[in-house]
Amino acid sequence: MSFVFLAVEAVPEVSFTTDASWILENVWIIPALPALSFLGILFFGKRMPKGGSELGIAAIGAAFLLAVFANVAWLDHRDNFDGEAQSALHGVVDTHGEDHADEEHSEDAAVFSVAVTENVSGEPNDVIVAAEEVELTAATEAAEGEESHPAVAVLKGREWLVNGGVSFAVGTLLDGPAVLMLFVVTLISLLVHVYSTDYVAGDRRYTHFFAFLSLFSASMLFFVLSRSTLQMIMAWELVGVCSFALIGHWWEEKANSDAALKAFLTNRVGDIGLLVGMTILFFSAGGTFDIVTINEMAVAGEISQTALTWAAISLTAAVMSKSGQFILHTWLPDAMAGPTPVSALIHAATMVVAGVFMVARLYPVFYEGYSIPGSSINGLAVIGSVTVVFGGLLAFVQNDIKKVLAYSTVSQLGYMVLALGVGAWTAALFHLFTHAFFKAGLFLGSGSVAHSVHSFDMKKDMGGMRKFMPTTFKTFIVCSVALAGVFPTAGFWSKDEILVGTGGLGVGADKANGSYHLMLIMGLIGAALTGAYMTRAIYLTFFGEFRGHGHPHESGPRITVPLIILSVVALFGGLLNLPPGFLGGSASSPTAWQERFGHFIEPSAAYFPAISHAVPSWWLAIVASVVGLLGPAVAYWYYFIKVDGLAKETGESLTELPNGLTTTNSLAATGHAFLVNKYYLDHLYNDVIVAAVKGPIAKGAYWFNQNVLDKAVDTTGETAVKSGEFIYDKIDQGLIEGAVNGSGFLSNQGGKELRKMQTGKVQQYAALLFAGATILAGIFIIFV
Amino acid sequence: MEQFREWGLSAAIFLPLIGVAVMMAFPKTDEAIHKVIALGTSLLVAAIGVVLLFDFDYDNAGEMQWGVEHDWIEIINTQFSVGIDGMSLPLLLLTMLITPLVIIYSWNHFPEPHNPKAFLILILVLHTGMIGTFVARDLVLFFVFFEVVLLPMFFMIAVWGGEDRRYASLKFFLFTLFGSALMLVSFLALYFLADGDTFSIVGLSEAVSENGVSRNAQLWIFGGMLLGFGIKVPMFPFHTWLPDAHTQAPTQGSVILAAVLLKLGTYGFVRIAIPILPEAAVAWAPWIGLLAVIGIIYGALGCLAQTDMKRLIAFSSVAHMGYVMLGIATLTDWGINAAIFGMVAHGLITGMLFFVAGSIKERYHTLEIKRLGGLLVQAPRMGWILGFITMASLGLPGLAGFWGEFPAILASYNPANGVPTTLFRVYMVIAAIGTVLAAGYLLWLLQRTAFGEPSEEFADDPHITDTNRDEWIAWTPMLILILVFGLAPGLIFNVTDPAVQENLSECLSVDLDGAKKSEFDVGLCERDGIEAALASLDVALADVDGE
Repeated sequence: MSFVFLAVEAVPEVSFTTDASWILENVWIIPALPALSFLGILFFGKRMPKGGSELGIAAIGAAFLLAVFANVAWLDHRDNFDGEAQSALHGVVDTHGEDHADEEHSEDAAVFSVAVTENVSGEPNDVIVAAEEVELTAATEAAEGEESHPAVAVLKGREWLVNGGVSFAVGTLLDGPAVLMLFVVTLISLLVHVYSTDYVAGDRRYTHFFAFLSLFSASMLFFVLSRSTLQMIMAWELVGVCSFALIGHWWEEKANSDAALKAFLTNRVGDIGLLVGMTILFFSAGGTFDIVTINEMAVAGEISQTALTWAAISLTAAVMSKSGQFILHTWLPDAMAGPTPVSALIHAATMVVAGVFMVARLYPVFYEGYSIPGSSINGLAVIGSVTVVFGGLLAFVQNDIKKVLAYSTVSQLGYMVLALGVGAWTAALFHLFTHAFFKAGLFLGSGSVAHSVHSFDMKKDMGGMRKFMPTTFKTFIVCSVALAGVFPTAGFWSKDEILVGTGGLGVGADKANGSYHLMLIMGLIGAALTGAYMTRAIYLTFFGEFRGHGHPHESGPRITVPLIILSVVALFGGLLNLPPGFLGGSASSPTAWQERFGHFIEPSAAYFPAISHAVPSWWLAIVASVVGLLGPAVAYWYYFIKVDGLAKETGESLTELPNGLTTTNSLAATGHAFLVNKYYLDHLYNDVIVAAVKGPIAKGAYWFNQNVLDKAVDTTGETAVKSGEFIYDKIDQGLIEGAVNGSGFLSNQGGKELRKMQTGKVQQYAALLFAGATILAGIFIIFV
Repeated sequence: MEQFREWGLSAAIFLPLIGVAVMMAFPKTDEAIHKVIALGTSLLVAAIGVVLLFDFDYDNAGEMQWGVEHDWIEIINTQFSVGIDGMSLPLLLLTMLITPLVIIYSWNHFPEPHNPKAFLILILVLHTGMIGTFVARDLVLFFVFFEVVLLPMFFMIAVWGGEDRRYASLKFFLFTLFGSALMLVSFLALYFLADGDTFSIVGLSEAVSENGVSRNAQLWIFGGMLLGFGIKVPMFPFHTWLPDAHTQAPTQGSVILAAVLLKLGTYGFVRIAIPILPEAAVAWAPWIGLLAVIGIIYGALGCLAQTDMKRLIAFSSVAHMGYVMLGIATLTDWGINAAIFGMVAHGLITGMLFFVAGSIKERYHTLEIKRLGGLLVQAPRMGWILGFITMASLGLPGLAGFWGEFPAILASYNPANGVPTTLFRVYMVIAAIGTVLAAGYLLWLLQRTAFGEPSEEFADDPHITDTNRDEWIAWTPMLILILVFGLAPGLIFNVTDPAVQENLSECLSVDLDGAKKSEFDVGLCERDGIEAALASLDVALADVDGE
């Protein structure tokens, strides 16, 4: 079989089916397993022999196996699915192949697939109801030949709620990106679980830790399978709250709970954009949360450009906070306060990639909203490319090994967002995939070192670790090389795809979606930075003399085996998506391993835009490799030759040159200070914005409350008392007298306290008010 | 069963009073008897609620069910008319649930000056008033029950309250009474001007649309109701009684106040003010929306400035009820459904927050935030519960609070016909910003009370124990419901939606014009929006036919 690599110009007419193999139809079980194990561990974990970790591992292990089955099933489904498929918009049923249009199926699909179809009162209130009267039109174009075989998503669901007379569904949308994420999340999570049994052994909240690992995985799996934007919002926040709980795992120390709060609150800021963006999409798509419908309408141009642009801008804010994009990235390095396995999970497979996945999922909104094709600049691409460089620069001034990796994640997420911004959808997801493995490997590796030296400080407590921890060292090197994007590791292939996808400076010009020159340049600079800061981290951690205390030793197998697995994938994962023209084949007809990833992951259906794919370029690959190696070369010269040489000369263990540039050159010193202070963003947020809201603004509002509003009330009250006393004394004594006596019963029950109350004032006011009311009513009725 | 439907609601209303009468027969020293009678009565009422829950015809949730009408005061054409539909059912059941839980919580924890007899009698009288308000179908009856609630709560605060109880109770009483007076004026004016010789809500609604009340008069009448209900909600700037009342009230009083009493106001809007005076509602909507979003931000800022946990929770009610009012102000089905959901969610969540605050106070003898800390160390389960409900309160999806908040925000993007769209979109963004502030004050509260190590003052205090049996019994149902409603919002939306459609059809916007909208501006904001919407619906339908 040969497949044209996916330069789909015409969008297929169909999107989804409700009919597929068992695992694809019942994929909800995968998030349900860890969700159940969360409850199990929470309530019974402490009574289990291994504190609940066994339940967590069993659940995520089973989820992983199911995810593998789902992936295998998807490979078959992607190319060989021949049943009914339809579109939310056109109600097309693709009946090519065996015709089994039994009514139940189409009805099922009509009710649940299109959230807007079912009207409770039975009256059609929505035009999409057309889907119910399914037209049995053959999707001609899509049906012809295997080459443009549509990737038919599997859509399942049931009614969740009725509002405004419309039924909304909850369920799963399974397609390429979802099935990919199932694999990545469950695998990384499984490895993290195993690793944690050693790493957090003996922790004061061992059981809770595993409970939240389970919930974290469940939320993320629920997120990637969401069929509606409402579900996405829900899972999005659930992921957030899990990260809150895990970052603040050791909440006895204020620094940790501060970091947890910062993560949650920063994400809430972005969530404003999420709520607003999803609202805009809801209304502009005619009142539906259904992702397929929204996407189809965006592709078909049935949602106005203005609406899409506003939605895209709002959602970009959400991406910025969730996926740590510049300027809302500041929570991410602080999130290192959590236990290391959590950092690995957050940075590799869950949480931060949620933002990237959201863009990938609602891609037509961004593609059309930002007019990505044919353009050379847009919100996503700019934010991504700025993040690549600015995040990478910050990694240079960190002494905490986890913070180096954290800023590296910021920078790498920048690549993914950049890729989505320039229309290189597949490259973004491919980078997400490869990055998940090498970054998890790096985090777990750093944890392995820290486990041994009881510190994360590279300058104070590490150095020379290669002698003590050979396995950790080797895996760390492999993952670093992959991160730096050196040929032929996984990182090389994915990063190269992104750079080509920019179409900048004429590279891939005829096939790329636009010509994003700036993004190409920033991407190249980022590549150089990545290699350089990793070289620095490797030198400080593994080379030179040991600067810490005690006797470090290699970690046990529960830590090293996950490291080995991750580094193997980091090494070879790139082979899944070799560019066409590599190892035979040509740019127009890939063979064997070429473009496999894109073929299976990228939806080619009515709910996905007709993006085009840039042609890989040999010279860009070479330039990128040279630039990418330039950074590490400079860093190597500085650390391995100059610093190491001086250290050997003086016999001291050095981490930098005593008379380096930052001490001799004032400009460099200023730049260094700027970086050490993280561009002063934290000062702006904490000391200016948050401090102002919590301090003067809140206090001012409260002052207004007490001294203006309340004062007014009290004054009115006092005036009323005075006039009341006047009336009481002069006019109305008899009436009130009776009222006071009448309340005698309650006053006895209430005891002495109540007697103090019995001044008669309450009754006075009551009588007064009602007298007033009656008069007012009279006036009102007569005059109005 | 048919017969039971005839007197079930009346039984629910008057059973607590019968309980009161029985309790009067026993001396106040027989505390156990009083407790048993009070709990038994409230459980009997709850049993009626369970029957109702299963007997209710959910397919016709928009219809009035279990309805009863008897002549009452013929001279003013008022009737004893009760019934329930999908809008009142959730609130009624919430009331029936909360009261027994409060009694269970009180079992061994009566606040000073003790006196369970009087305390429980007040709770039962309150119960009658609350149930009556939610089932009343006649304005005079509604008003009577609305006022019945006032006195027991006044005494509860005034007698069992904190140090400043006198000021707080008086303020609560007068403020509410002031609103009630204006509300009564409105009711009377409505009766005479609509000229329908009836106080029945449905009758008045018909009379207003048939006989025509001048627009000016409608606006004034609505204004009166706005004050009456708005003070009860409470809406900014009439909220200042709330923090004082809550702070001074005993735990039980705070819980009932937050869980049910505040809802009487918002319920009044959706049951009475809007259905009877839709035109005035449209005119007032921008102002209600404005006060609502001010309340959201202002309440949140107020929270940030608090040093006392209970007062903080009280201020958070101002913010949360702001979302409810915003939902109502949109005059759309989404908004009003969100409002009703928000009422139930706020009842459960804030009720729980006050419960926990009360239990903390009992253990630490203070609610000053800076003296607290390390609750998770000293009473881990209670700390977890506090964490859970703060998450629910800040509107975490998956828990009940979210469904009152997000749909209200959503609805303000596209309010009803005649309500200015652009203005409400601004409100939408402000309300969304409010969610950040809500997360801020709640998480800071959680951080300062639950995280960290216990302060030296309390570190070795033997009185600080974990959640006890009574607390578990009282809290578990609420905690479960917070989660269940969060995961299955259809449980409430599916019930309220038909009723909202039925009762508010007059002023609801023609739902999204149904067509796939290609205009960014939904275009329904003009006065003649209905015609425009219908026209575009026709076009869209024609398109479909053509295909």
